[in-house]
Amino acid sequence: MVSLEHYLTVSALLFAISVAGIFLNRKNVIVLLMCVELLLLAVNFNFIAFSRYLDDPAGQVFVFFILTVAAAESAIGLAILVVLFRNRRSINVQEMDALKG
Amino acid sequence: MENIYLAIVLCPLAAALLAGLFGRVIGRAGAHTVTILGVGASFLLSLAVLKAQVLDGEPAFNGTVYTWAVVDGVHMQVGFLVDRLTALMMVVVTSVSLMVHIYTIGYMHDDAGYQRFFSYISLFTFAMLMLVMANNFMQLFFGWEAVGVVSYLLIGFWYTRPTAIFANMKAFLVNRVGDFGFLLGIALILMSTGSLDYATVFAGADAMSGQTIQVLGDSQWSVITLACILLFIGAMGKSAQMPLHVWLPDSMEGPTPISALIHAATMVTAGIFMVARMSPLFELSDTALSVVMVVGATTALFTGFLGVVQNDIKRVVAYSTLSQLGYMTVALGASAYAAGVFHLMTHAFFKALLFLAAGSVIIAMHHEQDIRKMGGLWRYLPITWLTSLIGSLSLIGFPGFAGFFSKDAIIEAVGAAHRTGSGYAWWCLMIGVFVTALYSFRMFFLVFHGAERLDSHAKDHLHEPSMVVWLPLALLAVPSVILGWLTVGPVVFGSYFGDAIFTREINDVLGEGAAEFHGPAAYVLHALTMPVPWIALGGVLCAWYLYLKNPALPERLGKQFSGLHTLLINKYYFDEFNQKVFARGSTALGEFFWHAGDEAVIDSGLVNGSARLVGWASQVVRQLQSGYLYHYAFAMIAGLAVLVGWLLLAG
Amino acid sequence: MFATILFYAAAATLIGAAIAVITVRNPVHAVLSLILAFVSSAVLWLLLEVEFLAIVLVLVYVGAVMVLFLFVVMMLDVNTTSLREGFARYAPVGAIVAGIVILELAGLIWWRNEGIPVDRVLVPRDAAYSSTAELGKVIYTEYLYPFELAAMLLLLAIVAAILLTMRKRPGIKKQDISAQVRVRREDRIKLVSMEAEKD
Repeated sequence: MVSLEHYLTVSALLFAISVAGIFLNRKNVIVLLMCVELLLLAVNFNFIAFSRYLDDPAGQVFVFFILTVAAAESAIGLAILVVLFRNRRSINVQEMDALKG
Repeated sequence: MENIYLAIVLCPLAAALLAGLFGRVIGRAGAHTVTILGVGASFLLSLAVLKAQVLDGEPAFNGTVYTWAVVDGVHMQVGFLVDRLTALMMVVVTSVSLMVHIYTIGYMHDDAGYQRFFSYISLFTFAMLMLVMANNFMQLFFGWEAVGVVSYLLIGFWYTRPTAIFANMKAFLVNRVGDFGFLLGIALILMSTGSLDYATVFAGADAMSGQTIQVLGDSQWSVITLACILLFIGAMGKSAQMPLHVWLPDSMEGPTPISALIHAATMVTAGIFMVARMSPLFELSDTALSVVMVVGATTALFTGFLGVVQNDIKRVVAYSTLSQLGYMTVALGASAYAAGVFHLMTHAFFKALLFLAAGSVIIAMHHEQDIRKMGGLWRYLPITWLTSLIGSLSLIGFPGFAGFFSKDAIIEAVGAAHRTGSGYAWWCLMIGVFVTALYSFRMFFLVFHGAERLDSHAKDHLHEPSMVVWLPLALLAVPSVILGWLTVGPVVFGSYFGDAIFTREINDVLGEGAAEFHGPAAYVLHALTMPVPWIALGGVLCAWYLYLKNPALPERLGKQFSGLHTLLINKYYFDEFNQKVFARGSTALGEFFWHAGDEAVIDSGLVNGSARLVGWASQVVRQLQSGYLYHYAFAMIAGLAVLVGWLLLAG
Repeated sequence: MFATILFYAAAATLIGAAIAVITVRNPVHAVLSLILAFVSSAVLWLLLEVEFLAIVLVLVYVGAVMVLFLFVVMMLDVNTTSLREGFARYAPVGAIVAGIVILELAGLIWWRNEGIPVDRVLVPRDAAYSSTAELGKVIYTEYLYPFELAAMLLLLAIVAAILLTMRKRPGIKKQDISAQVRVRREDRIKLVSMEAEKD
């Protein structure tokens, strides 16, 4: 049967993959955003798995909120991306160092 | 009586404030009127106090007027101790001050700082009265410093003259040295008796004499000796004893009335008064008294030599002041406090007289002070001539004049003293008598007799100055003649001071003299059989021969003994020594601290160093702020890894 | 048995799709792989009997967010080759970091267990049990305020996204109704009285 550790393993793998993805696609903001989505998915996995195996609905509430925030985040992130592209004709992160001040 | 004492002190203060703060409003006449009224009131009240003390037998007053602060049981108070010593000093101070006030009207007639000047001298009178009337060390120190401040202000009164500024700075710094000792002495007394009050301290003096204190290394010092010597260092500064005498000749940069008031008659005697007041302490330490005597004797003789070669009329008088202060100090050292204070009193009158006479000459000569350019003035300035003669005779101790009694009493007392150094002191004083006569009459002859060496311009305007100038001269001449006759009996040999001055039985040199004292006339006759008047006469004759009979001789002698002459002209190189060693040394020390402490440690170390440290740190830290999004993402991931690792290993 | 096989299949798909997301060259493929990853996650969540969240995942993510991604990727003419510079160079670093994360998480789960019941087997719910209803009960009672806040957040995200991307293009003729309404006669017509022309 499928036990808790199976889900945790999947979640951990997913998390590690998305972290690796952030390193690999360090220039492409779109893929970076997608990696963040994957990261959040891994976290959601953990929440749901624990919620079910420990029988506590609070975990699911949390997942609900995370989904909300993630949707908002990707909407705004993509909007920023569009504006950025419109202004600079590029989404190369390497060319963006205005934060340096 | 308390209100009278307060009034004596506060009248000059109020006058000084009025003249100083509202000088413009009340004008010149207003300024001198108000200050003369203030000091005059003080003088009359002081006379009343003296009368009450002496004739009516009023007991000594010792009371607190105002308690300023109480800190850990130490009372800081304003209080008055008025006994016969104080009353005498009050009369001397206020009377000389009054004369100087009147005289100033004439002397400062054309000066722009007229009101300021009156304000200062009134303020000085206030400060000096606070000093002499104090009943505790706190107030003594206040008066001590206050007269120092006023002295500073007055020496630098003509503040546009660089020499005046140099002189007042010099006076200030030299007095600081003395005051440092004085303050340490007061601190030591406070430490060992726990009180600042005279009465308490004197009562505890016997207990103090047994104590010792560890000063340097393991050596044990007697507290009483140390305290007395420290106090005397203060007196050395204020009363210009060697080697702290250097400021007094330079203080002649101030206006002449000030030289008379402060630097001859009153302020410089503060040290003498203080030692006399502290007689219950000094009596307990033979060592301290020996120090006092030797310092005084050295000052009396060696500054007298300097007076012989000076050509500035005021400087001659200034060196004679130094020398006479030395006489007073010797008297103190010989436990003849009464003689010292008596000489202080007579000296105040005849030295003020001499100064004011010198001022009168200076006015007549249109501010020419070089005695080589005078001569034969007796025809033009008869009053000044006469009063100068009286002052000079009094100064050299001509029998019958005021200075004779006081000086002779001192010499006799020193001769009778058995203290270490009294032999040396006696010889110094005897030679000093000759030297005093020599320089006094050298000046007198050069100024008033002999060939007229004036330039024609000065001659045309030469006449006796106005009455406000000669009236004080006349008034001061009277006590210079008769004061000795009237007071020598009770003050020196009698019991005038009573409990005000304490002398141990064994030290009572004046008591020995008192047995042989049979009235002033007998005293004068007796003195004629002694060498002192004849030595003085020898000095006068010598001056007469050198400067009237054979004026070329002094120059030849100067060439003959050029080494000695140079040494005297350069005042034993005290100034050079101070300039080179202390002034330059402290400048070098300051430069060192400036470079090493301020520039190296504070500026480049602390100030620029901290800025550079911040700059360096931000140089390092700014590498982290690359502005690249993914660097921040990496940082977050690294942080996450560390956090999880911490959770794994430690949490 | 069937559930176990389904779990492994879905999990394998999920991991594979995730790897594809981070490695494929073409962003469109990456988005499609991500959609696949979300769908297989939904499958796994259904296995955990959290139907509501699984459906929300599909609807919100696959239906809205991922379409948005696809939209943006296709709309922007992105030069993908330049964006993949240094991919190979950073691969080892990524692998090492991922390995560290894996090791740490594994250490947390199994070594420092802290009472996690790793071996527990899922107890199936009754047929009448509704996870939607249960979640609703909790959200609308205990978590009402956070729920309202989440709603505000979404509204904010909508406004922000529109505001960010909306632009005014100069030189385009279009109807401005408020300007039309504001028009006054004085602004348009100027009456001039003049002498009649004589000729």
